[in-house]
Amino acid sequence: MKSNSHFSNASFGKQKANKNKANSLKNLLPPLPLFVLQPLLNHIVSSVAKKHPELFDRLGDNANKVFLIDPSDLPLFLVLQPNPLNPTLKAYNQNEIIEHDTYICGTFATLMQMIDAQSDSDALFFNREIRVSGDSEAMVALRNALDDMEGSLAKDVAKSFGPLSKPVLLAMQKFSKGSGKENG
Amino acid sequence: MDKVQKPELICPAGTPASLRTAVDGGADAIYCGFVGSTNARNFPGLNFSLDEMAKSVLYAHDRGAKLLCAINSFPTAGRTDIWKKAIDDAISIGVDAVIIADIGMADYMSKKHPNARIHLSVQAGASSAESINFYCERFDIKRVVLPRILTVGEIKKVHDAIDCEIEAFIFGNIGMMAEGRCSLTNYVTGKSTNMDGVCSPANFVHYEEDIDNNLTTRLGEFAIDCIACGQSAGYPTICKGRYNADHRDAYYAFEEPISLNLTHLLPDLIKAGVSALKIEGRQRSKSYIRSVVSSFRNAIDGYARGETPDISDLLALTEGHKQTEGAFKSKIWR
Repeated sequence: MKSNSHFSNASFGKQKANKNKANSLKNLLPPLPLFVLQPLLNHIVSSVAKKHPELFDRLGDNANKVFLIDPSDLPLFLVLQPNPLNPTLKAYNQNEIIEHDTYICGTFATLMQMIDAQSDSDALFFNREIRVSGDSEAMVALRNALDDMEGSLAKDVAKSFGPLSKPVLLAMQKFSKGSGKENG
Repeated sequence: MDKVQKPELICPAGTPASLRTAVDGGADAIYCGFVGSTNARNFPGLNFSLDEMAKSVLYAHDRGAKLLCAINSFPTAGRTDIWKKAIDDAISIGVDAVIIADIGMADYMSKKHPNARIHLSVQAGASSAESINFYCERFDIKRVVLPRILTVGEIKKVHDAIDCEIEAFIFGNIGMMAEGRCSLTNYVTGKSTNMDGVCSPANFVHYEEDIDNNLTTRLGEFAIDCIACGQSAGYPTICKGRYNADHRDAYYAFEEPISLNLTHLLPDLIKAGVSALKIEGRQRSKSYIRSVVSSFRNAIDGYARGETPDISDLLALTEGHKQTEGAFKSKIWR
C-alpha cells in the first residue's frame, strides 16, 4: 500500500537534519539541475538491471514497490522502482512530496558503502547511521537482492561509461569520501 | 590447542554471494537453506534456489569447503512432502550434511538416505546427553548443534557422554529462549518461527522515527521498543524489547539487544571437545560475513599457534553495540 504517511516521518527527519546542520553542505548547495542528473541515473539503473537480472527474482513481488532513498547530505530524493519490465531511478527535488512504500535515509557515502557491501546494513541500523520506515518486507528484500550482487556497483557503473570509466569511478569515490567526512 | 584437533569454522550464508564470501574468507563449512519455509531463516529475498544451491556445492567443494543444508523448521500437518522434497533435493546435489530439527524428518532421512550425514539442528533443542544419544541411536546423527544454554563445563560433560560431534555457536544473535520452542512471534503475528521459519516477519515490522529522532519499533500492533536519539538499536524481536513490568518501567524483561561473542572462550570450548565453531547470521550481509569469518579464521589459527588474537573490532557488528558470553560463561549473565 503506497501512501504519504511515511513521508511525514521522512520529512520530519529531513527538517531535523537540516536544522541540526545549519552549515552543512546540503544547505549551502543550490538545487541540483536534476535534468542533468537524470540521464546518469537512467544509465545506472539500466546497466545494473542488464548485468544483474537475478536481482529481480530475489525481489519477487516487492519489485513493484516504490523505494524513496534520501541521501541526507544531498538536496534531493531518489526514487527507485525496480519493476523488471521497466526499472527506474529518478531524482526529485527535496521539497517534493513523493508517494512511496519504503523510505531509507543515510549519508550518500553510507548508502553507497551499504550497496557496495563495504558496510553491514544491520550494523548501520544498530548504530543509527541509516533510518528506515514503511514497508519493512520490501526493504529487507531489496537489501538481500542488492547484497547478492557480485562485485562493486560503483565499479560496474563506472565501467559502463567505457573510456570515461576511470574518471567516473574516481569522481564517485571522491564524492563518497567527501560525503562521509561532511557528515562524519 | 597444541594436542587438540583444530575445530571446523562453520559460517552462515543467506545468498550465493555470501557463500562465496565465506568460502573465500576461510570457512571450513557453510550452512544455508532453500527458499521457503523449510529453513529457520525464511526472510524475503534470502536463501537459495535448487540451482543456486547446486552451484554453491560445487564452488565450496572446489575450494575444499563443505556445504551444510539447513532444513531445520518443523513441518506442519499435511505438508511434510515439502520438507521431504527439500531433503531429497539436497542429497541429490551432493551437500555434505543436512541440518535437521524435526524428529520425523530425521527418521525420513535416516531411512531414505542412510549414507547421508545428519546434523541435529539447534532448533531440535537437544541439550542433554540422554536426548542427543536418542537421536544418535535412532537416526545415526553425526553431530549436534547445542542450544545456547549450557556452560562450557556442561558442554564438556555432554561431550563425554554422547556418541557424536558437538557444534557450538560462538558469535551472533542470542536470545533467552528454549530453542525451537519459542512462540513469541506466533503469539503476536500468527506466524511461527519454528514452522514458517521466520522470527519477527518483516511484513509485521514497522519503524517510526519522530521529529527528535526517537525510534519506535513495532511488531504488529505492539510497540516493542522506543530508542532515544543516538542510542543503539537492536533487532525487532519481542525477546529484545522493553516492557513496563511491576517493578520497573521500560525494562528488558527477556534479554537486551546484545550479541554472543565467545572469542575469549574459544580455547576452553575446544578443550571441552567442541568439533565445530558456528557463526550465526544467515540474514546478515556479505560485509558481516567477510569481517566475522576472517576474524574467527585468524583467531582459531592464532590460538592454534599459541597466540591470543585481538578481534575487538567485531563489536561494531553486534546488536545494540553490546556483546556477551551468555550462558557459556555463567548461568547468571543478566
